[in-house]
Amino acid sequence: MSENITNIEPESASESRRTIDDAVGSEYKYGFVTDIDTDIIPRGLSEDIIRLISQKKGEPEWLLDFRLRAYRHWLTLTPPTWAHLDIPEIDFQDLSYYAAPKQKKGPESLDEVDPQLLDTFNKLGIPLAEQKQLAGMAVDAVMDSVSVKTTHREKLAELGIIFCSFSEAVRDYPDLVRRYLGKVVPYTDNFYAALNSAVFSDGSFVYIPKGVRCPMELSTYFRINAAGTGQFERTLIVADDDAYVSYLEGCTAPMRDENQLHAAIVEIICEDRAEVKYSTVQNWYAGDKDGRGGIYNFVTKRGLCRGDYSKISWTQVETGSAITWKYPGCILRGNGSVGEFYSVAVTNNRQQADTGTKMIHIGRDTRSTIVSKGISAGHSQNSYRGLVSVAPDAEGARNYTQCDSLLLSDTCGAHTFPYMDIKNDSAIVEHEATTSKISESQLFYCNQRGIPTEEAVALIVNGYAKEVMNKLPMEFAVEAQKLLAITLEGSIG
Amino acid sequence: MDNILLKVKDLKAGIDGKEILKGINLEVRPGEVHAIMGPNGSGKSTLSGVLAGDPRFTVTGGEAYLGGVNLLELAPEDRSHEGLFLSFQYPVEIPGVSMVNFMRAAINAKRKYLGQEPLSASEFLKLMRQKRAIVDLDNKLASRSVNEGFSGGEKKRNEIFQMAMLEPRLSILDETDSGLDIDALRIVAGGVNKLRTDNNATIVITHYQRLLDYIKPDVVHILYKGRIVHTGGPELALELEERGYDWIKEEVDKKG
Repeated sequence: MSENITNIEPESASESRRTIDDAVGSEYKYGFVTDIDTDIIPRGLSEDIIRLISQKKGEPEWLLDFRLRAYRHWLTLTPPTWAHLDIPEIDFQDLSYYAAPKQKKGPESLDEVDPQLLDTFNKLGIPLAEQKQLAGMAVDAVMDSVSVKTTHREKLAELGIIFCSFSEAVRDYPDLVRRYLGKVVPYTDNFYAALNSAVFSDGSFVYIPKGVRCPMELSTYFRINAAGTGQFERTLIVADDDAYVSYLEGCTAPMRDENQLHAAIVEIICEDRAEVKYSTVQNWYAGDKDGRGGIYNFVTKRGLCRGDYSKISWTQVETGSAITWKYPGCILRGNGSVGEFYSVAVTNNRQQADTGTKMIHIGRDTRSTIVSKGISAGHSQNSYRGLVSVAPDAEGARNYTQCDSLLLSDTCGAHTFPYMDIKNDSAIVEHEATTSKISESQLFYCNQRGIPTEEAVALIVNGYAKEVMNKLPMEFAVEAQKLLAITLEGSIG
Repeated sequence: MDNILLKVKDLKAGIDGKEILKGINLEVRPGEVHAIMGPNGSGKSTLSGVLAGDPRFTVTGGEAYLGGVNLLELAPEDRSHEGLFLSFQYPVEIPGVSMVNFMRAAINAKRKYLGQEPLSASEFLKLMRQKRAIVDLDNKLASRSVNEGFSGGEKKRNEIFQMAMLEPRLSILDETDSGLDIDALRIVAGGVNKLRTDNNATIVITHYQRLLDYIKPDVVHILYKGRIVHTGGPELALELEERGYDWIKEEVDKKG
């Protein structure tokens, strides 16, 4: 609604609008800081620092080598500037690359985990205590640079499923890690991938053996707590022949005036007929209304459908972060393999997002679907950037892309940058795009039926995003719906 | 105020600095049907919009009370909760929002306002089924997105269905007859008549007499240049049908 109507609002309407504004100010309920002793290494980045991280984690020589090669390559790179983002210069020497809550080494049981850490995750709705653990969902809880606790491990182990922190995987399954690490996202991939490969701290490792359908959702919950640090986690998911797993990722961070860098890598590998469904609800702190603080979310996520008829599906609901730079993609190498990308990206206030996907068709009869729903409010900038590429031998490749933008203000920007690189004549590639606004008349219609404005916006936005929300696992969908509503509260009017 | 449901006193309002309503006086009692007629541009839709709280309009003077409650102090959603319903001339489409979810949000918002518990899913669906029957609304329409892809007649039927769901004390039907063929008109009017009780009232805003053959008014007002210039019984509508609006215009314009 434009300025000129504010003067004719009835008193109580402007009253309720003030309440909405208040709600915006306090919307981020995960902004608390846990006051816990933290082991933080000095700021700065050098080969010595990398050796120190590797030593702290007790890593084998080959992994240190990998880190150092990545670091040396990173030194030759400059940050990418092609995205439609205004990124303030980051001083990479002014960050600490390792922060770990101090606790007894490798807690054997929950009794040994610092109660304050358990409490932190309780507050975030992730109970780790045995009797309270979420049924049907195994969680790896990562705070700053280390994994605090992974639940339901024994039960999964009975099926041969490995679900543990990355550090443990390096220690207990070095061959598996070595075989797959960096195979989908090599450290040469891009600036932030090289940085992550040099300094990555922890993350999750998943291996689903042949023919096993993982009976519960696997989930990693990332939490940044310490100030002046970045988070550089790394996730590796391997689904062997005929295996299936649904994996969820959630993330939050305290409200701080400084910007914090989150540069993660996720790699997925699917063998013959395997399927991995990867869902993210990204709710990093987005900064305040004027754009102070917030997380820089610069991540590289990619899946490799190596086997025939394998399938990788990315679903993301992006509501947080000051700046998002992220393109979860699929390399469809196996014949008949399938890649999917379903995304809702919400930006409000001064947030910026440049996000989308890459679908690389290499095998025959490969199929990909892209559904992207951008929602922009306030003074935010929201871009979809997607690449569909079809290799010369990818006979019969098909892609369908649908790319919608919903604008909630006159001051926000929505942009679409689709790239296509088609080298096979038999390919069928479709692209549809729409841009729409929530109109004043839609809001008044809802109001007249008794639905207050903020509820009406939530209803309309959730309706718009339904196609993507429906792809989320049930446990996540409800949470994501609420999150959409909260993120946009007060964005109209 | 002895048993007056709607009391409008010297109401003045406009849009973008231009005054459209120049002092409206109106009293509606429970059980009554009032028709407001008038030529295009006389302020009929402005009046319904202003009473419902459409933010496009600015109120510049006067009062409006619904059952003793000052409407002009209330947000549009609270006017709805107090029992005011507007059947829109052009119902808007809301893509992706199913009628079920939309109505459930509306019903539960009202219940919350009245301090009642929300309806359970099964209670709600039962209510939907009952009320759908009143305007013969297809189950398929009820599960589609709000007004999306509805025909003109379906949109108007959907308005009356929502009216049935919300059980308002005062319903304002803004040109509900526009764009309806005779069969649709009969169904819509039939729905309105079924919903009439001794405790609620209806204001029918229309350009033509046709709708009033089906919804019989007790009082007919003629709105011209932002004022009610004539008030009479049902015979006034018939007279308009016969003589058109010119004699009204002449009468008013002569007075200056």
